[in-house]
Amino acid sequence: MSTLDKQTTDITEGTAVEAPGEKDLGAAAACEPQQNAPALEACNLTLVWGNGQVVAQDISIELQPGTITCLVGRSGCGKTTLLHALAGLLQPQEGRVLLHGSDVTGHPGHIGYMLQKDLLIPSKRIIDNVALPLELKGVSRAEARARAQEMLERGGLERVAQSWPHELSGGMRQRVAFLRTALIGSDIMLLDEPFSALDALTRREMRAWLMSSVKEFGLSVLVITHDVDEAVAMASRIYVMAGSPAQGVVTKIVGVIEPQGCTDAAAVDSSKDAGQGNELASFDLSEEFLAAKREVLSLLG
Amino acid sequence: MKKLSQFALQAISLTSFLVLWQLVIVAGIIPNYLVPTPVQVVFALVKDFQLLLTHTGITLLESLIGLVIGVLIGFALAVLMDFFKTLDKLLSPLVTISQTIPIVTIAPLLVLWLGYGLLPKIVLVAISTFFPITVALNSAFKSIDPDMVDLMTTMGASRWQIFWHVKLAAAAPQFFSGLKMSVTYAVIGAVIAEWLGGDAGLGVYMTRVRKAFAYDRMFAAIVVVSALSLVLMKLVELVQKRALPWDTSQEAKESAQ
Repeated sequence: MSTLDKQTTDITEGTAVEAPGEKDLGAAAACEPQQNAPALEACNLTLVWGNGQVVAQDISIELQPGTITCLVGRSGCGKTTLLHALAGLLQPQEGRVLLHGSDVTGHPGHIGYMLQKDLLIPSKRIIDNVALPLELKGVSRAEARARAQEMLERGGLERVAQSWPHELSGGMRQRVAFLRTALIGSDIMLLDEPFSALDALTRREMRAWLMSSVKEFGLSVLVITHDVDEAVAMASRIYVMAGSPAQGVVTKIVGVIEPQGCTDAAAVDSSKDAGQGNELASFDLSEEFLAAKREVLSLLG
Repeated sequence: MKKLSQFALQAISLTSFLVLWQLVIVAGIIPNYLVPTPVQVVFALVKDFQLLLTHTGITLLESLIGLVIGVLIGFALAVLMDFFKTLDKLLSPLVTISQTIPIVTIAPLLVLWLGYGLLPKIVLVAISTFFPITVALNSAFKSIDPDMVDLMTTMGASRWQIFWHVKLAAAAPQFFSGLKMSVTYAVIGAVIAEWLGGDAGLGVYMTRVRKAFAYDRMFAAIVVVSALSLVLMKLVELVQKRALPWDTSQEAKESAQ
């Protein structure tokens, strides 16, 4: 396992600098109780499907609080299976999942999870869709709605509170799904290709929106994507899952480039869109960005 | 506009059918003692209105009570089969077999066992109406997106909560399709049961006028039965529209027609 540290400060002409202290972060030692525990940590996960096929072996990843981490890999390399394991939907054959240091392996209900499909319930209005996680926890309907309304306002979606899901565009629906996930009450969110069903322009917009929302809600987010550009643009750390299937050793790149130009929630405000788009565009073409992209692509093989 | 022209077409086809029917008999192609003209049927309807109304009331009562029982049984069965997979496997063949038995053959038996009153009719209606509901709901429950179930699980939802929040609403459109079918089955079932033994209802009225060779009144009764089914079906559609304002599949279906 190679650990590549590319802190912005260290970066010179895109060369990767190894950080010795972080070299074996993936090993079991990383899962011992420590002072600054990561928000979410997976230790040496081995994932096996029902038919006995080994999907991934000895996977270790961690999510730093308040950051976006991306998981990149080809289709069918076990990314989604890994996410299922992190969410507690799949019991790993080996390894543990630690949420703020406590073991949640195989126990769903603690970590937010969002898919490419928005999976809004068509028979519920937007506000009730967002309120659903609270209602499931036994919060009274009135209070759940009040908190959902507040959430919609923070996300800039209060206009559509009373709409039905089918009346919204794909991008809007994903935003609603994101807010619903945020109301699960966990500060950790796993997103499985959240934007891949959207058109390119909306996707860009959603990227910026996600980054600002992560700040706004103080979340730690793991995003699966097969779009390397997207990963480099959003993530402060990228994990690459290569080799299909079993030997899914995860390589990580630490501290790609601190993303710029997405510090406010402007994505929702169309008047600011143009300016932000330009900033993003120039970032997309910067040396640092291209260097990081090159590196990820070479790791993907 | 589209709706209007569709309505006009329906009116034209129905009117031309009635006119043609009238002409065929007036022209003597089919003798009038075998088939009444539409005009004669209307006269019979008017003349026997009071009597028909009473019998219709009885038939409607049997249909509705039987329907409610049938729907409840159908619903309960589908839910149980969804919660307990073994039960699903155990009951599926029985449910299917129960539908291969023609209603006309069990109706006389029911009359023998349960007498000439309301009970055999209600039982027959219940038997013939539960099936469309069970089948519709069963397939709807099974077609739930497994990702949706996973998502609910990550929200900490229990099986019951998944059922209540996701499955039930998702199955509602299919439930109404099944109900529309059940409603017509209910009226037909009630009439058949009355026909084979009873002292009131449209089926009984029909057997009586048949014996009197009063074919115009016979046809009048047929018109009433058909109208009854149509009205009930329309009623279900209205309730569906009211109850499922989010359901876009209905509009899609209507514009496709």
